[in-house]
Amino acid sequence: MIEKALSGNGRYFAWLTFLLVIMGVGGLCYLQQFNYGLGVTGMSRDVSWGLYISQFTFMVGVAAGGVMLVLPYYLHNYKVFGKITILGEFMAVAAVAMCLMFILADLGQPMRALNVLLHPTPNSILFWDMIVLNGYLFLNIVGGWVILNAEKKDVPPPKWVKWLIYLSIPWAISIHTVTAFLYCGLPGRHYWLTAILAPRFLASAFAAGPSLLVICALILRKYTDFDAGKEAINKLVTIITYAAILNFFFVGLELFVGYYSNIPGHMHTLDYLFFGLTDHAGEVYDNLVGPMRFSMVIGMAATIALLFPKMRDSYTKIGWLCGAIFLSLWIDKGLGLVLGGFVPTPLEYIVEYYPSKIELGITAAVWATGAFILTVLYKVAISVKLTK
Amino acid sequence: MDNSRRKFLKIAGLSAIAGIGAPTAFNGLLKGEAFASSAPSGGGGHGSEKAPTGKRYGFAIDIKKFASDKDLAQRCVNACHSTHNVPDFGNNKDGSKNRKDEIKWIWAEKFEHTFPDHSHYKKNEQLQETPILTLCNHCDNPPCVRACPTQATFKNSDGLVLMDFHRCIGCRFCMAACPYGARSFNWRSPRELDASGNYKYIKNPNPDFPTRMRGVVEKCNMCAERLAEGKLPACVEAAASSEAIVFGDLNDSHSPVSQVLKEKFTIQRKPALGTKPSIFYII
Repeated sequence: MIEKALSGNGRYFAWLTFLLVIMGVGGLCYLQQFNYGLGVTGMSRDVSWGLYISQFTFMVGVAAGGVMLVLPYYLHNYKVFGKITILGEFMAVAAVAMCLMFILADLGQPMRALNVLLHPTPNSILFWDMIVLNGYLFLNIVGGWVILNAEKKDVPPPKWVKWLIYLSIPWAISIHTVTAFLYCGLPGRHYWLTAILAPRFLASAFAAGPSLLVICALILRKYTDFDAGKEAINKLVTIITYAAILNFFFVGLELFVGYYSNIPGHMHTLDYLFFGLTDHAGEVYDNLVGPMRFSMVIGMAATIALLFPKMRDSYTKIGWLCGAIFLSLWIDKGLGLVLGGFVPTPLEYIVEYYPSKIELGITAAVWATGAFILTVLYKVAISVKLTK
Repeated sequence: MDNSRRKFLKIAGLSAIAGIGAPTAFNGLLKGEAFASSAPSGGGGHGSEKAPTGKRYGFAIDIKKFASDKDLAQRCVNACHSTHNVPDFGNNKDGSKNRKDEIKWIWAEKFEHTFPDHSHYKKNEQLQETPILTLCNHCDNPPCVRACPTQATFKNSDGLVLMDFHRCIGCRFCMAACPYGARSFNWRSPRELDASGNYKYIKNPNPDFPTRMRGVVEKCNMCAERLAEGKLPACVEAAASSEAIVFGDLNDSHSPVSQVLKEKFTIQRKPALGTKPSIFYII
């Protein structure tokens, strides 16, 4: 089936070439990081995780978002999603691949990564995260591929694959829950130490993942003969709307608990993210205030807009609104959540983080690699669907 | 954590894993539990000294001694850092904005930073001016050990939280987990040489202690290597003339540190987190 990825029009190959160039530049950046150490990034003793881990966290959500297609189709026999379930599964594959690359990029000693298997340590959440992420990758690639292959050959898919799909549904919940546990189980980090973190992660995932799916479906509709269908897109938009509402509700709960309880530890990071902090010397630290406020405004505005039928009567409007929600959640989770958690430090110093150019290059390359995997997988899937 | 709660959590955790789990996961989890916490079961409140078995080394740091001798803290820091080949990249000077590559095992801190939850409007002036020695707490219930995915950081039989520099993969989960900011990461190689072949960032390298490679986490080891030879930790030795740091086995009621803790009022850093630090501060 993979041979279908090897033929395509000029635009297809131009896009892949473009991605390969970014991957090449990022690869050179990684070479520098590999040779010098993580000192080439903007991370420090105080902000010890940066763009890599925050992007990783966000992409886990995108991966989990695919379940919003799989669940209605396989558990509720919602036939409309039948045509695009494979898009959700393959998006999960690309997203998990990105997660694994971000983790690898973040390791100080990447050559020792397999120590996690050599010395399995069940009391570490990172150990479980490794298991659930790799498991989810396996479930989606096998499930998606086998069913697509059966479709190509015009035979019913083997019975056993159903069980993989059923397993992948709770597994999707597990990947983002375990990823939230990485943060919310740490005793000294007040911003993360909240039981709502996993639900909030899931809500934002079920908005961000399907948003990206809608955007992909609209791109496919424009540049290929593959049409996901109006009903499917509309249903996805409904899912996105409710998930986004839940997400902003959860953000509101965090704000209430922080500011009504008035406990400094619960307010510090929120202050830093939304208002800026001032240290003893009078210096202001507010490098995330702009992005975070922007994130809240466009996210809530787009969510409210989606509630009005008038705002979803054209694919253009839907595309822009889904894009706004995706961007909003990317800023909230892909920047604010991880970076904000380190401010202030356990000793209550305020240290800001800015990614370095090399770090940005590597991050761009991982995104490009994800897009490359997604493009190739979608090309295969759509070629199979269109020849039928 | 009392016994029944611990038991309940164990059972709840095990049942959650049962869905995924092979029997090895059970054994592993139990083993991990044992690794993560050798805390005396049934021990009392925060900083309980009662443990049925095993050593638990700790310090009592007498803050007043550091108030009367302002250089003492720095002498302790220097003793530690030269013993353990801690590199100085030159961008970790106090007040400098760029503390990016900084590595420190023990350092002098202002009271309000070492004890952020103790800050209040009416500050004790002397306390504010006193350099407070800040270091790894060698918690009895260390969050860093719980977080480490490879057991590169672990608790030894003396109650010390140690690092295996050769196993660490540099994920820095332990740095996020530590509530005391005690851990440093080798963002760059500390072994860089200058033109004449000497270490650029380690002034007088101590041949008896390894230097580190880049990409691993390090921190205070309470001089486990010196204790093994029957010596005192380097900082304790540096402060010996004024007995500013009292060292000993917290589980031995006759040890010097236990004697001091019986007599003096001490505080610990963030005791509410339940980590049970082994470092006590005499105010």
